[in-house]
Amino acid sequence: MHIINKKIIIEKIGIILVSLSTLIVISSLIIIFYDILVKGIDKISFEFLFTFPKKNMTEGGIYPAIIGTLYVTIVSVIFSVPFGITAGIYLSEYSKENKFTTLIRTTIKNLAGIPSIVYGLFGLGIFVTGMKIGESVLSAGLTLGLLVLPVIITTTEEALKRVPESYRDASIGLGATKWQTIKKVLIPSAGPGIMTGIILSIGRAAGETAPILFTGAAFYLHTLPGSIFDKFMALPYHIFALSTQHAQLSKVRPIAYGATLILIFLVFMLSSIAFFLRLKLRKISEGNL
Amino acid sequence: MKEIIRIEDFNLYYGKEHALKNINAKILQNNITALIGPSGCGKSTLLRSINRLNDTIPNVTIEGYLFFEEKNIYENNYDIIRLRKKIGMVFQKPNPFPFSIYDNVAYGPRIWGIKNKTELDSIVEESLKLAALWDEVKDKLKKSGLSLSGGQQQRLCIARALAVKPEVLLMDEPTSALDPISTRYIEELILELKKNFTIVIVTHNMQQAARVSDMTAFMYLGEIIEYDNTEKIFTVPSKKLTEDYITGRFG
Repeated sequence: MHIINKKIIIEKIGIILVSLSTLIVISSLIIIFYDILVKGIDKISFEFLFTFPKKNMTEGGIYPAIIGTLYVTIVSVIFSVPFGITAGIYLSEYSKENKFTTLIRTTIKNLAGIPSIVYGLFGLGIFVTGMKIGESVLSAGLTLGLLVLPVIITTTEEALKRVPESYRDASIGLGATKWQTIKKVLIPSAGPGIMTGIILSIGRAAGETAPILFTGAAFYLHTLPGSIFDKFMALPYHIFALSTQHAQLSKVRPIAYGATLILIFLVFMLSSIAFFLRLKLRKISEGNL
Repeated sequence: MKEIIRIEDFNLYYGKEHALKNINAKILQNNITALIGPSGCGKSTLLRSINRLNDTIPNVTIEGYLFFEEKNIYENNYDIIRLRKKIGMVFQKPNPFPFSIYDNVAYGPRIWGIKNKTELDSIVEESLKLAALWDEVKDKLKKSGLSLSGGQQQRLCIARALAVKPEVLLMDEPTSALDPISTRYIEELILELKKNFTIVIVTHNMQQAARVSDMTAFMYLGEIIEYDNTEKIFTVPSKKLTEDYITGRFG
């Protein structure tokens, strides 16, 4: 009887601890979001979203920063998705288990943990000065692409590994080649998992500051980038600049909050799209077509 | 009756483990051949050797010959892709793809380059009819194969295998994951399919082997202990080990 009571008490303490930590995490998120929402919501208007900054950025909107962020994100996706997925396919389906592939896997996992400023410097060294692309949408997009590549490779590999072996047997047993099996069975079945990796990466690419700092982001431009070889403004860098670099910090603070709110909203939208896509794909794979 | 598969001095190793030892057997056309024996005796391995599905496993070494229609399938340059079209397979657990019923059956023909919609439609219908599933699914071909019951899923897998018009059908314990009623359906279906196909079936269930097969091979520790008419194996086996197994003294 005594022992049972003790067990119940430990159980209760456990539940309380677990709930408490969840509460702490969620409430801090809510507090941050609430703070940004309250301080930024007044700024949000049609004009804020669709006009250029004015009067040394103390007035006007963030239009070029939104567009710039979209541009670099798109470039990074175009670069990282095909390479990431094919590398994931190679690791999951073609590579043999040996020291070399273990080394590759470990390296990729470690790459995902490298601070983003290192990627920024790498991008500066390789793309901007090394390949002489210069500070541009392309250089920054490629740098961001490199940053998210490990995430896409790892999630693709893991999603493919989760596809039941029996699907492979069934397809090979019908006379399909390995590539046909990958293309027609494995990738569709692993779709939700691969999609998750891609969307997470998009969110990450859109929100990063350090990698674009030296590779193409500009403090202020009065035109939109005309091609991928032009410099650009970007939301995260804009927020950084308005919060720390501007001469009249207190005057531009509301704009910084407004821009932050928009950035959060953009990333949130991307995550929601990812969520619904996954839901749809999962329904297909669970049989509720 | 014509022999379609001949196995000669066949040995298979998983790394150093000798999984199949000196297998010699002939499989006759339009016959149902059952492979029985305790778990780990090599019956599934032997079955998977017939369409070279063991090729996908690393560290497998093979010695000896396995003739299909008088050609050794382990010869270099043998077209294994075509072999697998001619020798279809149904697995232990129903494994339909997460696609629609139609796309599951059409998968094989599409792989083999059939694109014409009317042709595909007729193959799908014909295969589902052969697998005795057509009446149950004809109104919901667009529904996912995974939405079907276990027994229906297994018949869908049979239809999928039949859609590429094989000559031989390998079945690896096709009813072990099914309830008794679904099992009976599949057994009736197997007997029906015998008219047009040669069937090799691995089974744990000795009654099943007795009910459906013409020939039975009893395997133990990687060897074929006895291979004969099913009736003879189950009434007057010539080896003591076979008798002990079929009477349930071990297994």
